[in-house]
Amino acid sequence: MKPKDKKTKFRYVWNFPGFGGWTAIFFGFLYIPIFVLVCYSFNSSKFAMIWTGFSFRWYTKLFSNDDIQSATINSLIIAFSAAPLATIIATFSALAIVRGGEFRSRELSNGLITLPLMVPEIVTAVATLIFFASLGINFGLMNVIIAHTVFCIPFAYMPIKAALEAMDPNLELAARDLYSDKPSTFRTITLPLLTPGIISGFMLAFVISIDDFIITLMVAGGGSTTLPVYIYSMVKMGVSPEVNAVSSLMLVFSIFIVTLYWIFNRKINN
Amino acid sequence: MNIQGENKTQNRILSLLPLWIVIGIFMIGPLLVMATVSLMESNVYGGVHFKFSLSGYQQILFDTNLFDEIEFNPAYIIIIARSFVLALAATFLSLLIGFPAAYYISRQSNRVKNILIFLVTIPFWTNLLIRTFAWIIILGKGGVIESSFNFLGLLDKESSLNLMYTNTAILIGLVYSYLPLMVLPIYASLEKMDVRLLEAATDLYSSRIELIRKIIFPLSMPGIIGGSILVFVPCLGAFIAPDLLGGGKKLLLGSLIQFQFSYARNWPFGAAMAMFLLALVILILIFNAKLNRRHRKYEAQR
Repeated sequence: MKPKDKKTKFRYVWNFPGFGGWTAIFFGFLYIPIFVLVCYSFNSSKFAMIWTGFSFRWYTKLFSNDDIQSATINSLIIAFSAAPLATIIATFSALAIVRGGEFRSRELSNGLITLPLMVPEIVTAVATLIFFASLGINFGLMNVIIAHTVFCIPFAYMPIKAALEAMDPNLELAARDLYSDKPSTFRTITLPLLTPGIISGFMLAFVISIDDFIITLMVAGGGSTTLPVYIYSMVKMGVSPEVNAVSSLMLVFSIFIVTLYWIFNRKINN
Repeated sequence: MNIQGENKTQNRILSLLPLWIVIGIFMIGPLLVMATVSLMESNVYGGVHFKFSLSGYQQILFDTNLFDEIEFNPAYIIIIARSFVLALAATFLSLLIGFPAAYYISRQSNRVKNILIFLVTIPFWTNLLIRTFAWIIILGKGGVIESSFNFLGLLDKESSLNLMYTNTAILIGLVYSYLPLMVLPIYASLEKMDVRLLEAATDLYSSRIELIRKIIFPLSMPGIIGGSILVFVPCLGAFIAPDLLGGGKKLLLGSLIQFQFSYARNWPFGAAMAMFLLALVILILIFNAKLNRRHRKYEAQR
């Protein structure tokens, strides 16, 4: 028997006919709507649904739309406040949970971190709304930043925890053997090794904050409209090509950050 | 190995303190306040009367009519039932679409596998609102589907397929939103599968269908259960898909809760509904934890 035949037979066992095509349809289903949206954002027609020709018109119009600009600024302020806060909290928690050995509040802390992922988002949203309203806490953007920080913690935590678990503890022990004191070991060994994980965590938290809609919709007051909430109010009035253009920009931005995260992580793993 | 030295406990507490404070005050706090509000009387102006009352929960089943009599009102039960049916259907469809894809991806070379899995996760990190409203362009009046039907001569210009604002549209939106969450756990359990099992079974004259039924399917069971929960739970509380694709007319649990706080301004009822949803989710998670424990025990015995 020639080895080549053996190989075809081997493939034959675990390859099911049609699964490849099915997977292609699966990816089509995932990506065609995104593709359609981006295509329609270049439509020159005033009516979002009818294609008349290619144009950058709606993108240039975005730059003269004050509402979109202030919503974008709000989104960025919130994300640049909530993501670092969440990342700092997640980093300290990961250090304690992964490096702290077995201790009594470990399970509890783990549970607290995953809690925002377990509770349905709509429940978190209305609960936070009731909480702020009944305590009379109304600090505008600050309310949204607090809510986002809570929600971003588990996302920042995951890569940081993974990086800590993958780190060789012998490096730190070696440094201690060589008379490095604890703070300087942390500064020169632990922190540099952990930085890629922290950056990854920050990126994920940032994307989650920028894209969050339901919690922001419920918690944000009049002056703190974010980009997704603005897009929602526009969609509610009817799909317009301008919405397509902002939305496409947001999609491309998120995909860009996540791709960056992925490439970055692959480099670390190699 | 004692890296942190003598002040270990103190360090640990200091590092965990921010987490405890932030989650404790701003996550558990709101849930407790919501639980309290659900037990109060509603105020017509939004907000609550500080008086104990079960009216929020009562309203899920009963209505007070003009004569102050309490009568059974099935409207919300219908919404709850619709949420259940749609969430179940979305879970089943996601499994149907996602399983072969997860299997196919798990059998690729490492390089291809990584890229494909990355492609599966991308939609999860992009804005769900935007991805859902893209479906309006596809399903809507004069949208992609209708104009292609026009073009093919299957539909004349004046008539419409009326795809939007239906349960089907919501279902498509739900499957689309959470499909990646079905594929990832199934992929994770299939990737660990030993291909030699399939070879051995084939050598012993197993048919293809038997391979799926007796080897691939049982081995991917933890992934299937995990994925089903990850899809079912957010579908139950979904807000965006029913709101945008259902036009806000076909309410689901999630959109009903949101409605109580945005328009109806009946906080105790909204809070009671949210508590109901939360309780359901907790029950599902407990059930899942039990299943996992049993599975681990089973694995350990082998």
